[in-house]
Amino acid sequence: MSEPQYGEPYLAKGNEAICEGAIWSGCRFFFGYPITPQNQIPEYMSRRLPEVGGVFLQGESELASINMVYGASASGARVMTTSSSPGISLMTEGISYLLASELPAVIVNVTRGGPGLGNIAAAQSDYNQATRMGHGDMPMIVLAPDSVQELYDHTGWAFELADAARAPVLVLADAILGQMMEPMRPRVDSPAPAPEKPWATNGCRGRAPNVINSLYSDPENMESVNMRVRARYEEVSKQCLRWAEHQAEDAEDLLLVAFGTSARVCESAVAHLRAGGTKAGLLRPITLRPFPSARLAALAESCRRIVVVEMNLGQMVDDVRLAVEGRCPVEFVGRTGGNIPSVEEIVEAVAPQASSAE
Amino acid sequence: MADAQVVFTPPESLHDTLMHYCSGCTHGTLHRVVAEIIDELGLRESTVGICPVGCAVYAYNYFAVDMIEAAHGRAPAVATGVKRSRPDCTVFTYQGDGDLASIGMGEIVHAAARNEAITVVFVNNGVFGMTQGQMAPTTLVGQRASTAPFGRRPDHEGFPVRVVEMLNALEGPTYLARASMASPKWIRDAKRKLRKAFLAQTEHHGFGLVEVLSSCPTWWGKTPKEALEWMESTTMAYYPVEEFRPLPSSEPEGE
Amino acid sequence: MNRIVVDDDKCRGCALCVEFCPKNVLRLADRFNRDGLRPVEMGWPERCIGCATCATVCPHVAIVLVERAARQKVGETE
Repeated sequence: MSEPQYGEPYLAKGNEAICEGAIWSGCRFFFGYPITPQNQIPEYMSRRLPEVGGVFLQGESELASINMVYGASASGARVMTTSSSPGISLMTEGISYLLASELPAVIVNVTRGGPGLGNIAAAQSDYNQATRMGHGDMPMIVLAPDSVQELYDHTGWAFELADAARAPVLVLADAILGQMMEPMRPRVDSPAPAPEKPWATNGCRGRAPNVINSLYSDPENMESVNMRVRARYEEVSKQCLRWAEHQAEDAEDLLLVAFGTSARVCESAVAHLRAGGTKAGLLRPITLRPFPSARLAALAESCRRIVVVEMNLGQMVDDVRLAVEGRCPVEFVGRTGGNIPSVEEIVEAVAPQASSAE
Repeated sequence: MADAQVVFTPPESLHDTLMHYCSGCTHGTLHRVVAEIIDELGLRESTVGICPVGCAVYAYNYFAVDMIEAAHGRAPAVATGVKRSRPDCTVFTYQGDGDLASIGMGEIVHAAARNEAITVVFVNNGVFGMTQGQMAPTTLVGQRASTAPFGRRPDHEGFPVRVVEMLNALEGPTYLARASMASPKWIRDAKRKLRKAFLAQTEHHGFGLVEVLSSCPTWWGKTPKEALEWMESTTMAYYPVEEFRPLPSSEPEGE
Repeated sequence: MNRIVVDDDKCRGCALCVEFCPKNVLRLADRFNRDGLRPVEMGWPERCIGCATCATVCPHVAIVLVERAARQKVGETE
């Protein structure tokens, strides 16, 4: 796999970076529905996709849109949809169908404040929805970008992973990431070609008819499909597991664990704590599924305490506790409802035990 | 002996397999008619069929074309996804009244409003069959169902929906008709209409839908023949069997 | 001669063909298929006119062939 080639940076809006990442990877079909804070995506795609010979269509609902994605994917296309929190809830049934029917697709959740109608501020309160989505066993790859560049890179990466796993892949962003602007370097090389899809339903000329289906009346068959889907997930997970570390190696006093926007706040908090003499560090999961459990367990051996920082009431903290398995205490700091924990709030929350002076 | 002429063999677009439908259920008849049309129009190798959740969920085992099983009510959306990504394919959905007119009402209205170039075979048998006979949006006033044990009452369950007439209020769709499986005459009439619903897609690049009145001997509590008689006397009184929106130009009738 | 061929194991014994046959050719056999249903058979084959009404109404595609003897031209012998 040759090193990716990037061009000159330009100031890009996160939501639009998602579109360009998808287009770079060969996605030519988008079905979606208006919902703030992801509206720039369908708007941009409605102009941009026709320019590259693609098709944009606004569905009558998120529910219709994910089923349009289902149809296009079944016919062999690289296809995506995007939405935000309540819209993703409406798509959940369709995403379960995609997984059970072994259909690749990319779904982006630009998370908003919730639950219910909530608001259009940024949040991370869909972590559990993303990592434990839908009905039935649903091992699904979930990516967590924390910048406009990663929104671009992850969307393209998601298409590769979706085809490799023959499954839907979710990119979990939020309102800030989607709507902020940052310099972004577009890829100037071309993507690896999408794999052949002999299973696609696009007219049985020259072959026996194909069937795309998720109904398996015989539990034995349903189980074997489940095992096959999981095996592919495990296989692809080995290669795509990814996280970032920020001064985590010698974070004896305190390891912060955070993804996306809250991880960026934590970077500042680490700097602040380090200046105050606390050996703090950060681990940022980039793939939420697969989760960097082994690395967390290893770091837990050598650090006094882990604090998970999220923009929700505590969701990823459960996965961190599962990974750490009691090796060291795991606490939680967070804000919800669309609020963002501030550097001061984090520093203050961790302060009492942080002073390693005693 | 003068050589005998074969006047009927099952269509190629139908797998030679036992279908699971109850004895006398006209789903099977309609499957054959649709498959005959696909053969006659030479579409088998470019057709993608979308089946619903309901009695016809297993249609992917019966139509010898590429098939997709859709989530309940979402076949028109799935069909849209296929058609928009592969406009060279002929796409049809096969849906029951629970699938299309209950949970899927939004999808069918918008597919029709978009004049989506797909063909919809809409089976109206007045009940939810697969799940044991519950009331459907098309259950007639007074007709009993497992969830309308006293028979449908307008002041409680409201009125059955005439889907084709409803869609006919839309600017979009190209061809709309209602047909019936009540007797050989009506089956032939249904075939003519279904053929036009496919031509709406292949010739006019538009939306074609035929609502086909079909029987459910099991949940109507009637023998297969009684069910067809009841369909002709009662069902067809409420659901007029006619063409509501003919094909734009005078379509050549020839085979 | 005019005839039909029935796939016994597909027949569900619904008798719609028996009811609609214009010449009362058909009847349910007094044997059972593998599902314990009585399949249709030509009870009075000589009456058959090869009109395929039975195949038209059969919901189970159990009638798999209908043959019609070419109409004999005047004077043509068997």
